[in-house]
Amino acid sequence: MSVLLSVRDLAIEYGSRRGPVQAVRGVSFDLEQGETVAVIGESGSGKTTLAIGLIRLNPRSARVTRGEILFADERGTENVLDMDAETLRRFRWQRAAMVFQSALNSFNPVIDVWAQFLDTARAHGMDDARAVKRRARELLDLVHLDPDRVLRAYPHQLSGGMKQRALIALSLLLGPRLLILDEPTTALDILTQRQVIDLLRDLRRQLGFSMIFISHDLSLAAELADRVLTMYAGRIVEEARVADLFYRPRHPYSVGLLRAVPRVSGELGALASIPGSPPDLVSPPSGCAYHPRCPFAIDRCRIEDPPLGPVDSPGHAAACLRWQAVAEAVGTREPAKAL
Amino acid sequence: MAVRDVTAPGRHIIELDRVSRTFATPGGRITAVDQVSLALAEGEAMCLVGESGCGKTTTGRLFAGLLRPTGGRLLFEGNDVWEKKGKDLAVFRRAVQLVHQDPYASLNPVRTIYDTLSAPLFRHRKASGRAGATAAIVELLQRVGLTPPMDFLPKYPHQLSGGQRQRVAIARALSVDPRVIVADEAVSMVDVSIRITLLDLLLALRDDLGVTIVLITHDLAVARYFARSGRIGVMYLGRVVELAPTEALVSDPAHPYAAALIGAIPEADPTVTRTKERVGLRGAEIPSLLAVPPGCSFNPRCPLAERGLCDVLVPELLPIPGTREVACHVAVRERTRTAVGV
Amino acid sequence: MSTIAVIARRPVGLIGLIGVGSFVALAYLGPLVIPLTNTVDIANIYRTPSLAYPLGTDFQGRDVLNQIVYGGRDILSVAFLAAFFSTAVAVTFGSLAATLGGKLDVAILAITDVVLTVPHFIVLVVVAAIFRPEGFLVLALLLASLQWAGLLRQVRAQILSLKEREYVEAARSLDLGLFHIIFREMLPNMASYVAIHFIFAMTGTVYAQVGLIVLGLIPLSGANWGSMLYLAQSQGALYFSDSFWYIFSPILAISLFQLSLVALSAGLEDVFNPRLRAS
Repeated sequence: MSVLLSVRDLAIEYGSRRGPVQAVRGVSFDLEQGETVAVIGESGSGKTTLAIGLIRLNPRSARVTRGEILFADERGTENVLDMDAETLRRFRWQRAAMVFQSALNSFNPVIDVWAQFLDTARAHGMDDARAVKRRARELLDLVHLDPDRVLRAYPHQLSGGMKQRALIALSLLLGPRLLILDEPTTALDILTQRQVIDLLRDLRRQLGFSMIFISHDLSLAAELADRVLTMYAGRIVEEARVADLFYRPRHPYSVGLLRAVPRVSGELGALASIPGSPPDLVSPPSGCAYHPRCPFAIDRCRIEDPPLGPVDSPGHAAACLRWQAVAEAVGTREPAKAL
Repeated sequence: MAVRDVTAPGRHIIELDRVSRTFATPGGRITAVDQVSLALAEGEAMCLVGESGCGKTTTGRLFAGLLRPTGGRLLFEGNDVWEKKGKDLAVFRRAVQLVHQDPYASLNPVRTIYDTLSAPLFRHRKASGRAGATAAIVELLQRVGLTPPMDFLPKYPHQLSGGQRQRVAIARALSVDPRVIVADEAVSMVDVSIRITLLDLLLALRDDLGVTIVLITHDLAVARYFARSGRIGVMYLGRVVELAPTEALVSDPAHPYAAALIGAIPEADPTVTRTKERVGLRGAEIPSLLAVPPGCSFNPRCPLAERGLCDVLVPELLPIPGTREVACHVAVRERTRTAVGV
Repeated sequence: MSTIAVIARRPVGLIGLIGVGSFVALAYLGPLVIPLTNTVDIANIYRTPSLAYPLGTDFQGRDVLNQIVYGGRDILSVAFLAAFFSTAVAVTFGSLAATLGGKLDVAILAITDVVLTVPHFIVLVVVAAIFRPEGFLVLALLLASLQWAGLLRQVRAQILSLKEREYVEAARSLDLGLFHIIFREMLPNMASYVAIHFIFAMTGTVYAQVGLIVLGLIPLSGANWGSMLYLAQSQGALYFSDSFWYIFSPILAISLFQLSLVALSAGLEDVFNPRLRAS
């Protein structure tokens, strides 16, 4: 398996009235070909800044202060941060594409869906309208939408689920190797969510692209991810294969998240919220940013900011000085029996 | 907390009696809530769940008296609310409070927390003077877990996090000593990691003050946690299709729509969620309220639908064994038959 | 942070504060300090500026600077009163129309629309010509009588939208009362609109006043900037190059005052937004 995307020590900050907001404070990870990685975090984690930063869609007020984003496909390896405007334009959508939240008016409301497809194709180097039409119809079929109906429709005429599927089709227009999805199932009804999740799974199998999706929804990671990265205060605090994260978490934040999510099947368990408030990214706490809310914190945690270090399973890392104590406290969770 | 028998009248604090609510829209008239009957016992913690367009939010607003029914009656302590006048209506208004979904919109951005919380206290003479109001507010903030309380008084809403704002909204609702709180998606816009505390807070209000709580949500997992010793009502296209004690609903849903929902929910456990049994539905889209299917509105998508029955006759919400009710011809028939050993 | 400090934080606001403050001091405190020199001195007509007469003299040899100092008070007072009346009417009736709706709303809107379509200055000219208003209270009322319509519509539109906000709904549920809901919940959210309109009502009134005075429609009592222009024009000061400062000084005073008002309104942006104010 070769590495498709390699992010090294990425840091992004943007300005605000109170001073620079350090949204991403040194993120490094690799994404293999065909792999699906979930970036899980809540408000103040920096996950959205990271996701849009991967294809340099951050607003002007954002600056990348250090790091590299290395993209390696059959066209070669390049640092996305060094790309000039023309290369970046061709990089976006042809090699890496983004699917935004459908609820956030990602479609231009005053043009129909076909015009949107054509505009996007043209903007990224595909000029032949007939070819675009053919491809659009193919993709809409693939996402279980009626091409005739959808291409002629305006965005407001489509339901939330249809819009999300159309957005996915749009992202696949130029055959990218990497798909980045921002909260793909948030604000969708349960049955529609299920549709979108199953669709992504099928598409991945049929077309073989790699996926990075960001979400606050752990269950989405449980459904689709090969590996999970939990983010807190602009850093990755745990990186693990999906089974390891859910059954052998080693960072207190991951543990806290898992304990805070109620379940429908199986035992209810002892649920608890994480005390405290989301971190302030203008002036993050000293040492480990999670320490004010952490039940395992010791004095050292207020001073030292631990890097991601290996823990007790292969391919599993946690940014915590006390991961062994966490391991002892948590043990190994048994998968609850399905109903 | 024992589940009260829903069919025993006169023991309920608030009740919707065959309530309907229609709206005029550009496309025509829609029935957002269709002959819903829901009775809540005092101190009950109940959840209303459903997807978009099911009418749960409208039902919540009907409970709170913010919308007037176009059919049926809203009863509070046995009396028809909309027959009340003046002072009695005002008393009812205060007795049932709504907590909104959006913590960013539910507090007035130009008023401090002190301003927002003192207004109802002064208006209803529960405190007088600055010192009195401050003391009362401190007590309210402590009850909703905002500590240290004095720090919050001079702050504006934008200086608080989403979770903190929701607590202030709950404190505001509490300031008038309500008997019922309707929480409309009150945790949906709050970070996942703090939802549980807010839900526990609402449950504590029930335990300590005897407040009846109705939580409206689209998230069945949240519903299960919140109403774990109560009931869940599942709504579809304006009707209640199943009403059952929570564990019974979650482990053995009677209505095929409820079963589909439970099977479709992704879970935070890879083994469970990737091997869960799903109920296949024919058709993924919820019909528009402008074109509700005839008979049982779920029939075009239902795997159990029987031609000639389900597409003709609208199923009533009927009791089945286990102090539960379901609006499904097939489910009622099968479960009653099993119970009588046929 | 105090309101003055918040306004002064922005350069344009600081300029506005200093400008308006200076003019208010000049107009109201100036006359208390500087005695009025009204002596006619034919030998000194249309003198160019000098140390004794920093802005020169008028057609009767009187000190122009002295007239500028005394000339602001009436103009500013009428402007302030007229703006106050029109804003009060607009806010009260706009909110009532929006909150109570029904026939009251229809009636108020109808009257407002009629007033909006009438050409203000022309009506003012006609009314002033017929009724010859005396005293600044009457003048203020006259000028306010046509100004309220625009703001009323704005207030009504804003309140209609604010009515739907969740915190307003909560206030209704909590039975806080109509007065509280309008004046404590909704209007503070429109404070910036109202304040800016107030300031522009003042600038509009100043122009209207000066216009009416220059046209000779308002009886002149005492010196004010408008009457200086009227006199300049009627006494032929336009035809002399020496009288430049006599004509130019009131124009400059009026313009600078208007500019200060506009600058102040620009500086108000942060005042009403708690987010911007707190930081």
